[in-house]
Amino acid sequence: MSEKYIARSSAIAARMLGGEMMVMSAVDSTFFTLNEVATAIWQAADGHTPLSEIVADKVCEEFDVDPAVAERDAEQFVEELSHHGILLVSERPIENPSTSLQEAR
Amino acid sequence: MSNGSPMRAESLAIEIGGMPILLRTQDAAFRRMLQDRYNGFVKSSARPEFEFDVDLVEGSDELHADEDVQVRKQGTQWLLQRGDFRAQWDARAGYGKIRQTRNPYAIDSVLRIVHTLILCRRGGFLVHAASAIREGRAFLFAGISGAGKTTISRLAPPDATLLTDEVSYVRREGDGYLACGTPFAGELAKIGENKSAPLHTLFFLEKGPENRIEGIEPGVAVRPLLRNILFFAEDEESVKLVFQSACEFVERIPVRRLSFVPDQRVWEMIG
Repeated sequence: MSEKYIARSSAIAARMLGGEMMVMSAVDSTFFTLNEVATAIWQAADGHTPLSEIVADKVCEEFDVDPAVAERDAEQFVEELSHHGILLVSERPIENPSTSLQEAR
Repeated sequence: MSNGSPMRAESLAIEIGGMPILLRTQDAAFRRMLQDRYNGFVKSSARPEFEFDVDLVEGSDELHADEDVQVRKQGTQWLLQRGDFRAQWDARAGYGKIRQTRNPYAIDSVLRIVHTLILCRRGGFLVHAASAIREGRAFLFAGISGAGKTTISRLAPPDATLLTDEVSYVRREGDGYLACGTPFAGELAKIGENKSAPLHTLFFLEKGPENRIEGIEPGVAVRPLLRNILFFAEDEESVKLVFQSACEFVERIPVRRLSFVPDQRVWEMIG
């Protein structure tokens, strides 16, 4: 299976509130509250770190989650956020989230 | 921006939330209608920050009655349109033009939209909420249609000053917020008092079997607050600003859920 790279879109607004990450799409105003694990993935989504590495380092290690479960949950989370243009997904590293939006979707 | 010149006879300034907006129209009957409709909010001495020329259109191909509201930015101009109006506004220059049919709802909508655009850059917002001042403190009662905004306004005791039963004006003031009266009335069909007070609590209303108040955490409160904020612009930068304003608001102002039985005893818990 090919590697996935994820990056936060520039067309979003995000903020930690009461220990939770709030994320809203500036395009369609879709609103998400991220749990701790999702927040860890979100914060690590720099476009350069492969998703598998993020899951291993930020999820399995810090939250003591079974790797297979963590990977499945991460895939699902990334799929949902990318569907709303909030996370960008690509098979190659993502240099500039604002210009990569169309190609990375 | 205003050049500070005295207002001429064909203009009047409508001041909402301490923000005077000058409307200029050659039509004397329309000016009288504005004077009556915004009674209490018309300030002859106000120095307006923003000015609009209003042209009335009697019947025209350019306006289509069933068109929904659209607000978008084109260069430095905001373009506002709906079935009964077309407007353009350069916020930086402080000047705009409105072409509308002869009805009060068009100008009312333009004013609401312009205020939402002004407020979003100043950390405030318009929100679907009734509001009232009691003992020098303002309280907001937010909720969708049917949640009880009009009911709680109707039940307000004589010592409460009603700011609005429908659309509240929230302005950033230092570390806190001011709630200001608006002429935007709901079912009560009565415009609010043109007064303001420091905002103390935001209540989300729901009718229930008993009177009860529960705290809502900021992380939970921000979502329903965003749902109730009036915002029309299809503009990413502005949407981000509204989001930040809502987050900052729930971090600073207590938010509660107020279940209430529709009688006057609910006000014993407020103030």
